[in-house]
Amino acid sequence: MNQDAFYSLSEQLCAGLRGDEHLFCSLDAESSDFVRLNRNRIRQAGAVRSAVLGLNLISGARQAEAACDLSGELEQDLTLARGLLARLRERLAHVPDDPYLNYSTEPSVSDCWVGETPPDAGAAVADLITAAAGLDLVGIWASGEISAGLASSIGHSHWHASTSFNLDWSAYLESDKAVKASYSGLTWEPGVLAGKLEAMRQGLAVMARPARVITPGRYRAYLAPAAVAELMGMLAWGGFDLKSHRTRQTPLLKLIRGERAFDPRVTIREEQDRGLTPVFTGDGFIQPGRVTLIDQGRFGHCLVDSRDAKEYGEPVNAAGGSPASVGLDPGELAPADVLARLDTGLWIGNLWYCNWSDPNDARVTGMTRFGTWWVEQGRIEAPVKVMRFDDSLYHLLGDRLEGLTTERDLLMDPQTYEGRSTESALLPGALVGGIELAL
Amino acid sequence: MDRLHQIAERFAAAAPACDYWTLRLVDEESDHLAVRQGVVEPSALGASLGAMVTLVVGGGVGYGATSDLSPAGLRAAADQALGWAARHAWLGLFDAAHYPRSALRADYHGPVAEPWEAMRLPDKLLLLQEANQALALDERIVDWSAWLAYRRVQQLLVTSDGGHITQVWTYVSPGLAAVANAGSQTQRRHGGGADWSQQGGLERISAAGLLADAPRVAEEAIALLTAPECPRDTRDLILTPGQMVLQIHESIGHPLELDRILGDERNYAGTSFVTPEMFGTYRYGSELLNVTFDPTVPGELVSGAADDDGTPSRREYLIRNGILERPLGGVLSQARSGLPGTANARACAWDRPPIDRMANINLEPGEGTLDALIARVERGILMDTNRSWSIDDSRNKFQFGCELGRLIVDGELKGLVRNPGYRGISAEFWRSLDGVGGPAAREVRGVQNCGKGEPNQSVYVGHATPPALFRSVAVFGGGE
Repeated sequence: MNQDAFYSLSEQLCAGLRGDEHLFCSLDAESSDFVRLNRNRIRQAGAVRSAVLGLNLISGARQAEAACDLSGELEQDLTLARGLLARLRERLAHVPDDPYLNYSTEPSVSDCWVGETPPDAGAAVADLITAAAGLDLVGIWASGEISAGLASSIGHSHWHASTSFNLDWSAYLESDKAVKASYSGLTWEPGVLAGKLEAMRQGLAVMARPARVITPGRYRAYLAPAAVAELMGMLAWGGFDLKSHRTRQTPLLKLIRGERAFDPRVTIREEQDRGLTPVFTGDGFIQPGRVTLIDQGRFGHCLVDSRDAKEYGEPVNAAGGSPASVGLDPGELAPADVLARLDTGLWIGNLWYCNWSDPNDARVTGMTRFGTWWVEQGRIEAPVKVMRFDDSLYHLLGDRLEGLTTERDLLMDPQTYEGRSTESALLPGALVGGIELAL
Repeated sequence: MDRLHQIAERFAAAAPACDYWTLRLVDEESDHLAVRQGVVEPSALGASLGAMVTLVVGGGVGYGATSDLSPAGLRAAADQALGWAARHAWLGLFDAAHYPRSALRADYHGPVAEPWEAMRLPDKLLLLQEANQALALDERIVDWSAWLAYRRVQQLLVTSDGGHITQVWTYVSPGLAAVANAGSQTQRRHGGGADWSQQGGLERISAAGLLADAPRVAEEAIALLTAPECPRDTRDLILTPGQMVLQIHESIGHPLELDRILGDERNYAGTSFVTPEMFGTYRYGSELLNVTFDPTVPGELVSGAADDDGTPSRREYLIRNGILERPLGGVLSQARSGLPGTANARACAWDRPPIDRMANINLEPGEGTLDALIARVERGILMDTNRSWSIDDSRNKFQFGCELGRLIVDGELKGLVRNPGYRGISAEFWRSLDGVGGPAAREVRGVQNCGKGEPNQSVYVGHATPPALFRSVAVFGGGE
């Protein structure tokens, strides 16, 4: 569904409002091609065209929400949406006033387009398969347009559309010996792909060496940016949203109580001004460009959505409680010095399947995965069989953090559970004096 | 369902020229009601309707999914599918002649004793207020919620071979959560059906004990605040059905998925320590381990007539007397691997294609009660309700945490322990199985958030299981 069609639909829905009613209409739409690959061949390929309309009907201090799929045909969609609105109106008669109802009463407008014409998915996949000849490549190509819109009876009119591709793949040597890569962006450049494939081939050559089996214990380690992203993902799980703080559920409870701290080199921000996600919230608020979440090891600010803002008397600064564009400030460790500074220990390319082991102590468990190497005296010696870690972020980002790299990687989220994600992370690698391996 | 039939008839009348086609129409409606700290949260109605067109042509297969169900919309989706089928014919992993064809005609309508609409909205909110209030025992309870979720899925699958399968699943899912805090210690308990999902209507509310369970949930959350940490050593472990669900799911269900074994999931959900030659001979667990794929259990989350390829569902043994027999793989995976399988090609919605998934994966009962299992333990721990899950990409090295633990000494349950967790290796863990509760102790449960696939899909999965006893397991508690 395009911008004009969405605004037209919203306008006609708003025209039917009664009395003191207000209506917020939102749109999440995508037109995507998905190509699943295994053994460097197409496993499953297809296209998805979807558009979901969200409705929030407000009358006085009451509200009720609904969502439905849109067909793209105006009259049919109007009939469907008006039917849902009637149900919401009926529902409002039975729900009590909502003390935490909170929406922007100031009209606002924004319009953001990222990217232009997407690459031809079929041609790009054919390029990939040709360039990756000889590799046991497995993964997913996703491309196309993603749109988000907001319109209200108050006068909000917002649009954010992006056209992009995201290729997320790995190459296997045998069983669980593999290296991983990703290539995402707005413009498809076969030369960039070729460079990434060459790096994978080099990684696989090291992977061919006999794997080193290590026993549980504490090891020095370098966490590449993709591994750091998993730790940031854990912090996003209750670490920053205001409600989890006020209800003492945050895994950073000891941090906010002053009992523990991260290393002063750790500054984490929500960087909405990266421009990859919509600037507007579903209630018509405009998010600030940046929110400092962790400031030099100490807690900074929470992310506050509209409902939490009303409940706890704070200003709105986010669409939800977890960051969508997280950034960890770079440090002073030159990438070229990483192996020498690590000396002997683990070079961890990816962590995976993390979960809170004990949230009260910010203790996380998870697995090493893909390219993880044993390094001895500054030289990569051998791949390491997958290992389970179980350690506190107060150590990994605190008293055992030895450095963060000067360079950061921009990692585009490949997740597609509720449609293609527009979230991203800008992260350095981290050198730690020890990570506890448990199994 | 009438609307779906009309759409299907229109599509069939103008179906594109190809070797085989399927049209899968999914019509979903949902509602979500919640009360938190005495405040009614905004309710959320949902309505979703869309179609997936799959075409097999010229040795390739492709799909197109759309919410535009007009003739033009479906034609556009078919065109997309044709385009991808042509690419697949050129660069595909397998010959589309292997793609499953179905001429099955079947209907399934899940059990609903009391429809969602039979209770008025004000009465539902009143019930939730009452349950919510019952959680607020004292000031140590710092957050408390009660909810009711409703979901009905109507699906029609038609095929060019004359297949015609209608299925309707209805779910009413109640739940409770209480959060207790003292200083820097926070503990949560869930109950009232939060981890006890089944098909059904409003009768699920009383069956899951939404109201009756509230005091227990809150009391246990408070009690855990001052309970000692779970010990860190090796001892016997009894898992209640609430945690067995997760143990079966992660360390039996996922490793047996044939698409993992075939490598499709290696970039995302992972591979498997199970290899094709293990079927028929590999000792997965002790003699007590009997695991079935069972779509016939009334009310279990994925009971139904057929999978999303149109393969009729039937009960199969996956593991019998500890020996691995059969993987979880739909017809396509069976053809690719040469192994037997099950009717488990499933999609989460109209906009995702079927892949190998768990459906209902059940541990068959043994003998006796939970008390009888406890009586056999000299020094152990009972753990209940999953709160943390992590396992490696081969589904071998796992670590799970639970909300509540209770010591067992000399065959008797003793005091609570907090932050209980245990870890092990799938290939060894099930061999330590030394007791499985009987039919009366079995509970029909499942999970509503099983994630897998590229593009990603989250589905419901059923697990019916009794409590079970494992010997000599590494357990641990909280702290840095």
